[in-house]
Formats: sequence, C-alpha cells, structure tokens
Amino acid sequence: MSIKDLTKDPLNLIIAGVGGQGNVSMSFLIGKALVKKGYFVTVFDNYGASQRLGAVASHIKISKEASNNSPLLHEGDADIIVGLEPVELLRNLSRFGNPDVMTITNSRPVYPIGVISGEVEYPDLNRALETIGMLSAKSWVIHATEEALKLGDPIFANVILLGALLGSCTLPLDKNSVEEVLKEQLPKAFKMNMVALSKGLELVGQ
Amino acid sequence: MANIEIDAPETNQLLLGNEAIARGALEAGIGFATAYPGTPSSEIMGSLAPIAKKMGIYAEWSVNEMVAFEAAAGASLANIRAISSMKGNGVNVISDFLINLQMTGIGKGLVLVVCDDPGGMASSNEQDTRPIAKWLNIPLLEPSTAQECKDMTKWAFDLSEELGMVCMVRSVIFLSHTRGNVRLDKLPKKKKEAYFADIYDVDNPRQSKFTCGMQFHPYKQSEELLKKFAKASAKCESSPFNWYAGPDKTELLIITSGICWTYSTEAVKILNLQDKVGVLKLGVTWPLPEEFVKKHLVKSQKILFVEEIAPFVERSVMELVANLPPESIRPALHGKRSGDVRAWGEQSLDLVIQSIASVMGIAYNSRQSRSIEYSQKVREISEILPHRTLTFCPGCPHRASFWAIKNALQLDGRNGFVTGDIGCTAMGMISPGSFQVRTYYAMGGGVGIAGGFGHLGQFGFTQPVIAVSGDSTFFHASIPGLINGIWNQSNFILAILDNDATAMTGFQPHPGTGVKATGESGEKISIEALCRSLGVSVEVCDPFNIKMTTATLLSLMAGAGGTKGVVLMQRECELVRAHKDRKKPYQMYIDPNRCIGEACGCNRLCTRIFSCPGLVWDREAAKARIDDAVCAGCGLCADICTQEAIIREEV
Repeated sequence: MSIKDLTKDPLNLIIAGVGGQGNVSMSFLIGKALVKKGYFVTVFDNYGASQRLGAVASHIKISKEASNNSPLLHEGDADIIVGLEPVELLRNLSRFGNPDVMTITNSRPVYPIGVISGEVEYPDLNRALETIGMLSAKSWVIHATEEALKLGDPIFANVILLGALLGSCTLPLDKNSVEEVLKEQLPKAFKMNMVALSKGLELVGQ
Repeated sequence: MANIEIDAPETNQLLLGNEAIARGALEAGIGFATAYPGTPSSEIMGSLAPIAKKMGIYAEWSVNEMVAFEAAAGASLANIRAISSMKGNGVNVISDFLINLQMTGIGKGLVLVVCDDPGGMASSNEQDTRPIAKWLNIPLLEPSTAQECKDMTKWAFDLSEELGMVCMVRSVIFLSHTRGNVRLDKLPKKKKEAYFADIYDVDNPRQSKFTCGMQFHPYKQSEELLKKFAKASAKCESSPFNWYAGPDKTELLIITSGICWTYSTEAVKILNLQDKVGVLKLGVTWPLPEEFVKKHLVKSQKILFVEEIAPFVERSVMELVANLPPESIRPALHGKRSGDVRAWGEQSLDLVIQSIASVMGIAYNSRQSRSIEYSQKVREISEILPHRTLTFCPGCPHRASFWAIKNALQLDGRNGFVTGDIGCTAMGMISPGSFQVRTYYAMGGGVGIAGGFGHLGQFGFTQPVIAVSGDSTFFHASIPGLINGIWNQSNFILAILDNDATAMTGFQPHPGTGVKATGESGEKISIEALCRSLGVSVEVCDPFNIKMTTATLLSLMAGAGGTKGVVLMQRECELVRAHKDRKKPYQMYIDPNRCIGEACGCNRLCTRIFSCPGLVWDREAAKARIDDAVCAGCGLCADICTQEAIIREEV
C-alpha cells in the first residue's frame, strides 16, 4: 500500500489544522518513521504563538539525497496536503496547491473566533469540500472527528487521518513503520492509537 | 519529544533545532545549564532538564534571563562548561552583566544561545540580536541546519575556552523549530570537577582577574579584550562552518548565513542557476572572516546578501569593501539597503527566489502560477477564508479575569484602563479580553508603566490603572515595579493572573509552582505572602467567581487612599488541568427554550463578546450552541447568560 520510493525529490507534504488538534504530534510521527527508513526530512511546525485554536501548518520535506532542505515550502509546491480542518486545508491549498496536488481532509470545522462572534462567515461546508475536490488531482474526505468521538476523544482525529494518509499510497511509509514509532512515542496510548490508525486506513478502503 | 541523551554515535536522529543545540552541549561535556522560557528558545532547556540528573548535569529554569546567565557564568568561572539559552529579548535583560563579563573573560567554555524571532510570530518585536555581539566583541556563530545546531554548539564551547570569552550561538524560529536529521557523535565520559581558583593578574596582584574596574582600569581591560578579539578573528577565518559552493566565476555571488543559507541554496536549484550563481555561507558572522570573504569577493561583479533580519553581514562586508586597496574592483552590493531583499520580517524560500530572480533579471513561475485558471481560482478562495485570530483557550481563567476587569472598569466609570505584560495575559489586548489592555511592551513593563500613570494625579489624572502580570512574569520582572510603586505611593492596582504555569511557552515551572526544572520539588514561593510582606493590601480571588472578583476590584478602585492594592486571581491553567485529567468538569448545553437568540436583547453577549471557542453562534438555529469537540466544560459561560439558558451539568 505504500509507494516504494519518492515520486519526486523533495516530496512535499503539509499537515494543516488548528492549535490543539495534534498537528505537531502527527508531523513528528511521520518524520520519525521516515528517518528510520533512511530518508532526510525537515519538519517545520508553523504555529507562532497559538496554544489553542490558531492556524497551524506543518511543512514536511522528504528527500533521498539532500540533508539541507529549507524548512518551508514555497508557493504552489505541495505534493500532498492533509487538513485536520477544512478551512485550514483550503488556506494551505490556496497558497501551496497546484493541479497535481493530492488532499485528505477532515470534514469537521473548527470555527475561528470571528465566526463564533458572528463577524465573519464560515464558508458553506459542502461547497468548501467540493472546492477542495476540484482543486486536487485526487482527494479524500474523512469524517475523522466524528470517528474519533466514537473512540471517546476528538484528539484521535489526527491518527485517524494519519491512517488515511498511509492508505492514500502517497508516502513511502506503511502501517508497520508507523506502528513502530507509535509504540515508541506513545506507549500508554498505543492500543487506542492503533485502533485509530486502522480506522483511518479502513476509511480510504485499505 | 526526542531522546537527546541517547548514546548512539554515528546514528541519524530526527531532532528539533533546539534539541540539536542541547545535544551539542551534551557532546561538549557541559555540567551546567540555565534558561528562562521564551519562544523560540524554550525547547533547549525543555530537552536538557528532564535528563539532567541522569547525565550528571545541573539544570534550572531561572526566574529571569539575567540570573540564568549570571549563574551559568558562575559555573564557567569554577571550571565547569555552561550553557544559557534565551530568546532575543532575554539578551537585552542580561546586557549589563554581559558587558562586564566581557571585560574579565571567563573560565571554562560559556555559550550563550539566543533564538531570534524574525517576523515576531511569538514575540512583541522582531529584534535582531546579532548587533549586540558586534557591540560587545562576542564571537557570533550562526548555524544553518539542525546538524549544524549540534555541531556548532559543540564547537562554540571549544572556541569559547580557547579565547577565554563567552561565545554566542544565534538561531532563529525557523531553525529552532524545524526538525531535521542529525548524525550524533560520542558523549564524553570525563569527570568534571568544580573549583574557583583565585586568579590574580601579574600587573595587579591585589585584584582578582574576575573583577571589573578598580585597579584594573576599564580602558586596560578594553585593551585586553581587543587583543583577545584579534585572536578570535584569526580563529574564525578557518572555521569549518564557512564555505563556498558554486562555479569559479559567477554572475552573482550570494553571501548568506543561518537559515537563509538553506533558502539561498534551494532557490538557486529551483531557478536552475547553479552554473551562474555561487553561494558563500558564513557560519561565523562576527568577527567577519575578512580574508575568507575577500578571497571570494573577486568571483563576481554582483553580490546579493540574504540574511535575517538586519543588514548585519551586509554592513560588515560594506566596511570591508570600503577598506579594499584603491585599485581594487568593487562589486555592486545588493541587499536590504538597495531594496532587493525585504528589510523587515522573516525571509522565506519564496522571497529569496524573488530576490535572486529580480537581481538576475529572470522570470519565475511556480507550479501554481503556471496554470492561470488554477491560480485564479485559489486567489478567489483565499479571499473568503476567515482568519484565525489569537484567543484564550476554552476554559482559560484569563478570560474570566478580563471579564471581571472589564466589568469593574465600566462600573467604576472613570475611563480606567489596563497596562499589559508579556505572556498569555497579553491576549487581553485583543477581543477575548474585550480590548482592555492599552499598553504592552516588555517583561515587567506593565507594572512599571502603571507606576508612572499612578503619579499623575497632580496633573488632573483621575483614570484608574490596573497593571496585569502573569505569575511567571511577576517573578521575572514585576517585583521591582511593585516595590517601587508601594514605596513611592503610586496609585495603581496590580492584578496578578496566577495560573500556576508559564503557559505561553509550554508550562514551564517557576518559583510559585514549587517544582524545579528537573521535576523535583523545590521551595514553593508564595506570591501572596511575598506581596503581603511588602505591606500592600492583597486580595485573593478565584476569577471564575466573576461577581466577587469584580467587586474586589471595584472596592480597591474606590479606596480612600487612592487606587492601590494587589489582586491575586488564582486558577490553574486549563491546559495544565486537562493534561492531568482529560475529564471535563461539566457537561455544558444550551436550553433551546431559554435561549431566545436575537430576540433576547443581550446582543449575543455570549458568542459575540465572551467569545469562547467552545460556545458558537448557530446561524441556522439563530441560537447559541456548545461545540462539544472544543468546549472544555469549565462552566464559566453559565454565569454570563442573562436568561440562564446555558446549563452546566455535573459530570
């Protein structure tokens, strides 16, 4: 289910979400698994001052040769974008997207303060998801937060999406390589996270 | 998150720039580490402290940068290698000690790590700290990758020891917060022994080497420093971290340092200009390795400087070019001064591509802009996307504190205001605090400036002033301002929003928590007892009791002897609480019969003004709604609804 090797060098991945959704843990797990497989990676978590509910984007560059890639992608150069939140996916798609990009998005919005207070409108969700599909060469919509709530905690949405990302066959990573890192990094929550990971794989038909 | 103490030489690990700096310090054999938390530097101590005991190192979160650096200097004078790390602003705080330490020199290797924040993503400003190194004659090292963060920190200790002076390693947010592959080296096993030797100078046998002034006339110490610095210049010429990559003759020579080297190299590759453009990377930017730079200046008629933030290397090279012999060919210098490189904010791959393309007179189209239809579509989309402004977290006690402060100031009716301070409390200047904070500068600045306002009564000033400080900020820099205010009888209230954590930077402990950096318990210092000992009136409130907190503030404002006193608003940071217990205290819901939406007349007080991310305005139902995935279950919002439509249910 994983690709054998990079289809492009560097292969550029963005994980976009909102502070508190587990962006940083997710990008760390991916980076760690890739280094174990012998790749050079840079992982930059762009979160500024946000503890909770600010926009967060992790930029991951994966390379076979170069150990000195810069931390940020440049305009229009994403190969894969994962959105823990639909508007955050769109935000990153608008800056880093291109006609070949692949996207995986969680369907559950997290409303910005401006929307909560009624000053600005959150885009119509169905239209937003449609637009994401239109602007992607291939796209998956995952009800990750709903599935995570079924597992008892919305925080599992990130690992469900990680499962979906593995299942999308866009990275040179398989379930086993992530399992190894999960065991190492989250020994206490390992079992539940494996359930979440498998759920994500299942949701993209793997 | 990574294990920086792993004894696995020659293996590749994924380390954060800051973790790599910490690893470099371990490989250099440090025995002492100090820091005050500050983004983007916090993970250096964050990764050293938990392993300090195991590695036989002393590590502490200090109450501020000044004492952190002074303590590290103490270790250095007593034969122990020491590291002290901080954000750029911290170097301002230590500068008085630092300038004097430069006069005497040090003992064992002493490395000052400073992490700047170009763009000011997590700071009150975007200062470039490098000019301080130039001002004080401190060797300045700028790593470019996570690998170099480790290797250069290690080298900085050798350099510092050899020169007998402190060395500065300067990182920036995009380096400190990027994870990258790091190939590890061995960890030293040598035993360390501390001893402070009385070292006397031959010329001044009655004065210890580690003292400033007196019989050591300052000008003589300056002379010594300049001699030492000349040695540093020679040493830095041959640094393994300076190098050139590119053709022998180039159309353009890029001179760059730090993270900007990665942007430059990648941009040249993306623009396919490897045959025409060379990149000169400087690992040591002060003292400028002049001979090394001169050797490469002849490669091109055109130089482009790429660095963050100030034109620091650019100006040093200008000085060098000005001193070239008269017959020399002088290259054209492009950079921040010429406007070819943005002179403010952080650099990025996009910006560097633009700068190079413009200086080379070529066009560049990205994968996105190559498709006109696609780029037009995404431009339309980006315009309708709602921004995410900073806010207090769901359940944050500061939302309650600012709610009470706002109520009290409005009820008082004399147009009172808040002087703010650094940390999470600063968000009281934006909507979650209902725009209460009117001034905001530096650590401890809130109480200091309030002390000034509070003396203006003789000029007709009647507005009540409330200085706000977080608990960690209080220990860092608010105490002198409070004492000064009490002593000089200034009229202001100090509200200490005590959430029992240094929350903004990642929940580091401080004296009020009683926990030390290593996780062991230490002396718990009571903010309340400390303030009471100063003889000021001290009131303690739970900010979630909005009524009582408001009433307390109001009564202090109406005090007969003027507006004076300390209000200690105590409640644990919600993120700390939730980390210990993920269970919500309350299950919240809206009673749809009681919430009458726009008809209420409250003008959506709950969602529009209170603005907790867990409490949203449901446009379709035209009523408030709890978002269960976001709500922390703190129960506070139940107290602000005039219709009692927000229900909290015990879980």
